[in-house]
Amino acid sequence: MSAPALSSSPVEGFTSTRFAQHLSHRAYLPAWWLEAKKAAWNQFNALPLPSRTDENWRFSDLKGLDLSGFTVPEDHSRQIPNVSSFPEAAEIVFSNRQVVARSHVSADLAAKGVIFAPLDEALRQHGDLVRTYFQKHPANLGSEKFVALNTALTVAGGFLYVPADVEVALPFVIQHTLTGHNVSVFPHTIVVLGPRAKATLVEFFVSGGSSSDAGRSLANAAPTERQFVSGVNDLHAAEGAQLTYVGAQRWSRETLAIQVNSIAAERDARVLSLNLHLGGRQARHESHSRLLGPGADGDSEFDQRPLQTHVSPRTTSNLPYKNALLDTAKTIFSGLIIVEPDAQKTDAYQKNRNLMLSDTAEAHSLPGLEIQANDVKCSHGSTSARIDGEQEFYLKARGINPTEARRLLVSAFFEEVLNKLENEDLHAALTGLIAAQFKK
Amino acid sequence: MPSLEIRDLFVALAATPDKPIVKGLNLTIRTGEVHAIMGPNGTGKSTLSKAIAGHPDYVITSGDVILDGKSILEMEPDERARAGLFLAFQYPSEIPGVSIANFVRAAVQARLAEGEELDATAYYKRLYAKMDLLKIDRKFTSRSVNEGFSGGEKKRCEILQMAMLEPTFSLMDETDSGLDIDALRIVAEGVNLMRGDKLGVLLITHYQRLLDYIVPDFVHVMYDGRIVKSGDKSLALELEAKGYDWVKQELAASSAAVANA
Repeated sequence: MSAPALSSSPVEGFTSTRFAQHLSHRAYLPAWWLEAKKAAWNQFNALPLPSRTDENWRFSDLKGLDLSGFTVPEDHSRQIPNVSSFPEAAEIVFSNRQVVARSHVSADLAAKGVIFAPLDEALRQHGDLVRTYFQKHPANLGSEKFVALNTALTVAGGFLYVPADVEVALPFVIQHTLTGHNVSVFPHTIVVLGPRAKATLVEFFVSGGSSSDAGRSLANAAPTERQFVSGVNDLHAAEGAQLTYVGAQRWSRETLAIQVNSIAAERDARVLSLNLHLGGRQARHESHSRLLGPGADGDSEFDQRPLQTHVSPRTTSNLPYKNALLDTAKTIFSGLIIVEPDAQKTDAYQKNRNLMLSDTAEAHSLPGLEIQANDVKCSHGSTSARIDGEQEFYLKARGINPTEARRLLVSAFFEEVLNKLENEDLHAALTGLIAAQFKK
Repeated sequence: MPSLEIRDLFVALAATPDKPIVKGLNLTIRTGEVHAIMGPNGTGKSTLSKAIAGHPDYVITSGDVILDGKSILEMEPDERARAGLFLAFQYPSEIPGVSIANFVRAAVQARLAEGEELDATAYYKRLYAKMDLLKIDRKFTSRSVNEGFSGGEKKRCEILQMAMLEPTFSLMDETDSGLDIDALRIVAEGVNLMRGDKLGVLLITHYQRLLDYIVPDFVHVMYDGRIVKSGDKSLALELEAKGYDWVKQELAASSAAVANA
């Protein structure tokens, strides 16, 4: 097999020399993987950045996509605080690109065939399994250039495999902490649930401060380093499987974060994907999922592009998409439901509800439907509202101070989505994260 | 003895401050006393209670409300509540997503000193005891505040909050509205159990019925934004027998007498 020539990158931080070095350090990985990386590298360089005429990027801040200055961090591990606070099945903690802490699955789960490993290890030990599911269903929602860059440069990532009929009650946890100015990271997580398997994966994405900030957790004030994250997830639920995915990000106020999730649910599978966006300067989320996106402080832009595609008959999807906007936060919701010709009896729902907590926040909502079957139930709705004055007064009339009253009402707003989580500890942890936004 | 003094109070809607609804009302309530304000619809009874609690839709254009010697007009609604005022709402808000347990807990926590942690075990013990007393199913603790509650359940939930927060003065706005006779009895029993020298109550009601169960020390008739007649509990019975037209006629007669004098 002859390796294709590597094209040169116009982005100074991501030079072909740097990529060649990246590849040479990973010569021990399967050949198909290295080839995929090379192809992705060339695709990244060939694809243009999104432009004004690109419908997929309507209303987005395109100037924010400037990648100049970003570099791939050198490998070195740091002391970073662990942000999860609930019982777990197993955990992998990344500092920038490196695993700095890890717990393994129990002997019992391992004996049942459960695999939970950093991507690098999974590629070496379960290469064929990874290959089957890696980018099996690309999302293709406008960020192909960034997905290509992720494939080319991904190091930090996790692989979770739960075989048929195995149920794991406690969540698996992957934490990514990005530290340093102008650093970039490319997490790629793959989750595969076999038929009737059941599992929960929680991913935390955090900007860390300097190492002297050892006490920093997800709940503390966000640091301000300029950072770039291009993350990709492949989530697969086979027949009758039940997958709960939670992504919670609290990137720095100067982070450009693009996350592209692809979710494939087979017959009777149930996938709950819940995404909590608390930070970032510009956070774009593309997915086929059910998700949750509260706004955050500062000039954050939350750019949400969910797509639900119904391919087979009698499928159901429901996407409640909720944003709470503080200060000058801006959200863009551009959702689309596609019902393919064979997908009769589809029941699809997309809803975008925005809770406006300030006069300067801005919410754009562009829900859409593309229906090619004739016997379907599809609807979408979009509302923007302020906090209900009567509810707020009711709380205050009980002596609850205005900050706490707001916190309770915002938590209540998200509860419709959060209460779908079966694990109470996880529910409490996420509620706590939302609450922390109000402790200022 | 703590007191709540309403002095020559004028209240209007914030949107129309030049159109007073409450027009020069005077009333002093001391702890240990139960006062009932009766009056026809639209006379300003609910406006009075909401304005005292600090509802943002209303503005106090003149006069004062003094709690324990201090004016509360500059205080925020939550500060007024923590100072000892309680408003039992005529139409309590439904708050989907906030459980009763968390709601009451936040209110109890708000009364603790900064840094002081709530004793969760003691809190639940107390909450359950009060719920049992008010015949509220303990399962309600995890239900969202007032969401899908019947009229009686909402009002019992108001009394539960009052029992948990132990105010010095409670303004009870049409607590009897929407209650069947059984619910009315339970609510009244709850209030009667709290009666004592630590609590002053202002009962706002349209009907005499509630006063059969919560017997007031004083009854006031409110008409056109003012108290026009005060007496003991027998006034309520007289009002029930003669109707509000009787008050209107008396009032017309007395103002005619003033005009003729």
